[in-house]
Amino acid sequence: MSSAVLSTSAARGRPFVFDDEEVAEVCPQPSGAEVAEARPPQRAVFSAGAYAKTYKDARLAGVTPASRLAARPAPEMVSSGIVAMDALTGGLPRGCLTEICGPASSGRTTLLLAALAAVTRRGECCAVVDASDALDPQSAAAAGVELSRLLWVRCGENSPEKSLEQLLRATDLLLESGGFGMIALDLGDLPPQAARRIPLTTWFRYRHAVEHTSTVLLAIERQSIAGSCSSLLIKLGSRGNRIKESADSRLLKPTHAQLLTELEITAELVRSRQERKPVRSAEITFACKTAWAG
Amino acid sequence: MFACIFVPNFPVAAVFRAEPELRAQAVAVFEGKPPLEKVFAVNESAGRVGIAPGMTKAQAELCSELTLHPRSRLQEASAHAALLDCAQSFSPRVEDAALDTALVDLAGMESLFGSLPEIAHAMSQRIAGLGLEANVAVASNPDAAALAGRGFSGVTVIPQGKEGESLGSLPVEVLFAGWIEGEREGKKKEDERRKNSERLLATLERWGIRTLHSLAALPEVALSERLGQEGLRLRQLARGAAFRTLVPVETPAVFEEGVELEHPIVLLEPLAFLLNRLLEQICARLASRALNTQELRLTLELESLSSRNQEAQISNQQFCRTLRLPLPMLDPKLFLKLLQLDLSAHPPGAPILKIHLTAEAARPRSAQGGLFLPPSPEPEKLELTLARIASLVGESRVGSLELLDTYRAEGFRMKRFVPGTYSDGTVSETVRQKAAAEEKSAVTALRMFRPPLRATVTLENGEPARVLCSKKKEVQGAVLWKAGPWRSSGDWWEREAWSRDEWDIALQTADGAGLFRLMHDLLGGSWFVEGSYD
Repeated sequence: MSSAVLSTSAARGRPFVFDDEEVAEVCPQPSGAEVAEARPPQRAVFSAGAYAKTYKDARLAGVTPASRLAARPAPEMVSSGIVAMDALTGGLPRGCLTEICGPASSGRTTLLLAALAAVTRRGECCAVVDASDALDPQSAAAAGVELSRLLWVRCGENSPEKSLEQLLRATDLLLESGGFGMIALDLGDLPPQAARRIPLTTWFRYRHAVEHTSTVLLAIERQSIAGSCSSLLIKLGSRGNRIKESADSRLLKPTHAQLLTELEITAELVRSRQERKPVRSAEITFACKTAWAG
Repeated sequence: MFACIFVPNFPVAAVFRAEPELRAQAVAVFEGKPPLEKVFAVNESAGRVGIAPGMTKAQAELCSELTLHPRSRLQEASAHAALLDCAQSFSPRVEDAALDTALVDLAGMESLFGSLPEIAHAMSQRIAGLGLEANVAVASNPDAAALAGRGFSGVTVIPQGKEGESLGSLPVEVLFAGWIEGEREGKKKEDERRKNSERLLATLERWGIRTLHSLAALPEVALSERLGQEGLRLRQLARGAAFRTLVPVETPAVFEEGVELEHPIVLLEPLAFLLNRLLEQICARLASRALNTQELRLTLELESLSSRNQEAQISNQQFCRTLRLPLPMLDPKLFLKLLQLDLSAHPPGAPILKIHLTAEAARPRSAQGGLFLPPSPEPEKLELTLARIASLVGESRVGSLELLDTYRAEGFRMKRFVPGTYSDGTVSETVRQKAAAEEKSAVTALRMFRPPLRATVTLENGEPARVLCSKKKEVQGAVLWKAGPWRSSGDWWEREAWSRDEWDIALQTADGAGLFRLMHDLLGGSWFVEGSYD
């Protein structure tokens, strides 16, 4: 039994191209996983629908629609800038929404700056839409972010409601503009009840806008608010940050001075679209040094 | 060989270029001081309904179908500049013969643009693209080309040696066709020239000489005896044998368009329509010269409020806005949107009488996106996005960061966001070095509270023991841990001197321990919570 392979030209409105010989090798009654490897799922869906409808050919009856594929194409993963975090999550997925949530002083901004630094190291541009105007340029520079590649949108001059509105509109515009390696939404200082006012449809719109692009959409917040729209959800621990002081603080002059040198951050992988359900929650602990600790 | 681009009925053509919707109507252009305004030029439709140059405005107004338009020197200057731009897009050797005529040296152009008829047709199309309808004629000498341009409509190519034959059928009036010199020559000189032309034309009329062929056939000596050197010059012109050297001009790369309004504009929406038209004209002119622009200057002449109220002498004021682009661009829609956003953020504040738009020419950017370069936003889209975001959050609150050489808190400034890859088309060296370097371990970040939160601090042995911050409920309680103080000061030689002690403190919060930076202003004596470590 042979069926037709449709070229991508079909999607552009050009005539379909059929190649019986090739198809006979590629999909003889394919199982889902094989089809996923053999060709992009969008093409499979289009082939089955368009061709069967037009030509009523039963040869495509065995092609599995993309929505029913057992193995879906995985998004490209990029480094988060922290090796331990990459080991936990596999990196940050492009074209997806990633949520990093946790209470104050849990390391969310540290993670954000590390990710931004990784993006700018790759030569890409990134944008931070800052709901509460909280970004510290000195910390960003210390984390290795190339500041000339960072677009900073400072919302929050007026009320939290106004700043939230500005944040959503600015994010829409940046997603529409395209070309950014990462767009980060900093909702870290917004009270959870204010952040929850963002309608779920907005997150769906963002997810749709970022899909099929090479942009990493990252949101940092106190609690997860995007629901199932996020492909990756990392929860940073509030188990108690272990503060490390300098060991040789006694040698420092004046002797009363202590030094905050390191914080320990606990991260838990709550949800990852790359993993099949049920969620296999994993946890790591890593240290982040202060800029002056050397 | 030489080409002549001639715009017939130039004052009307200039009006049509600025207001293309008038093309289908009967239009008369008038000039003069009220109430002595006279019709200066009319289009074909106006001529058919009996309107002729020289009629008074009051007479012309009796015709209901007629649209009367004041003569605009600004529009004529723009149309003339467009004519020269078109000519210069073909050859660098262009003579600015008159407001309505440009002569082009075509020597060596055939290898670039094809045969002479092809060049003439291309010229005709390009000038039409700039909003002007022109006659194009090609001949072996500049004067023959100019006569053919003024005499024959459309595209005319006269083969070498056949100038006399081709020009013979033209009326002698072509030799004296009103070359609109405008303000280039003085009024007195222009009048003298016109009188001389009329005298010669009357003489030829008396002799029964009506075509150039008849004039060319007159005996040289007899003509010289009667009309002198001028007669001989006219005969040479009529024979198409007058040779002279082209006088090329170097036009400055200044692109200006303007419009004077009969009635002042108050709303931004009608202004956008006019701006769109001006931008399209400027962009077409820039495109014809293969140029882009990096700076647009909009000057609006405003009606001053006092003059309206008192109906006294009009003292207009100017309103200027400059649009600086990070890269050379040429997209009228983008420019219009950027100008609209800028004007809505900075409205003129008074009715607009005159619009003037200037573009600084710049070479188009040569860099193109490489296959292996990291993705970056499209410059045009990014510029528009930034302008829209700036209109949302404020101009000073969007951009990239630049650290200042200071230890002062908030030692940074915002600057325009221009991704580095635009400048040279490649990733900067620092980025490559950083990419090559191994990733560093994470660095603890500080989240700033802007403005810093004023706090009440209880001290024990000179160290903070308890913090109370009324604005943020999370930031209060007993200090669990502290590090510091870290003292710094600076700018003592200036008025804005600062001196501070910094403490890193841990407080008990609802979610666990929170780490904050506490700052003691030594000059003011107040305590502030500057941010939280996160």
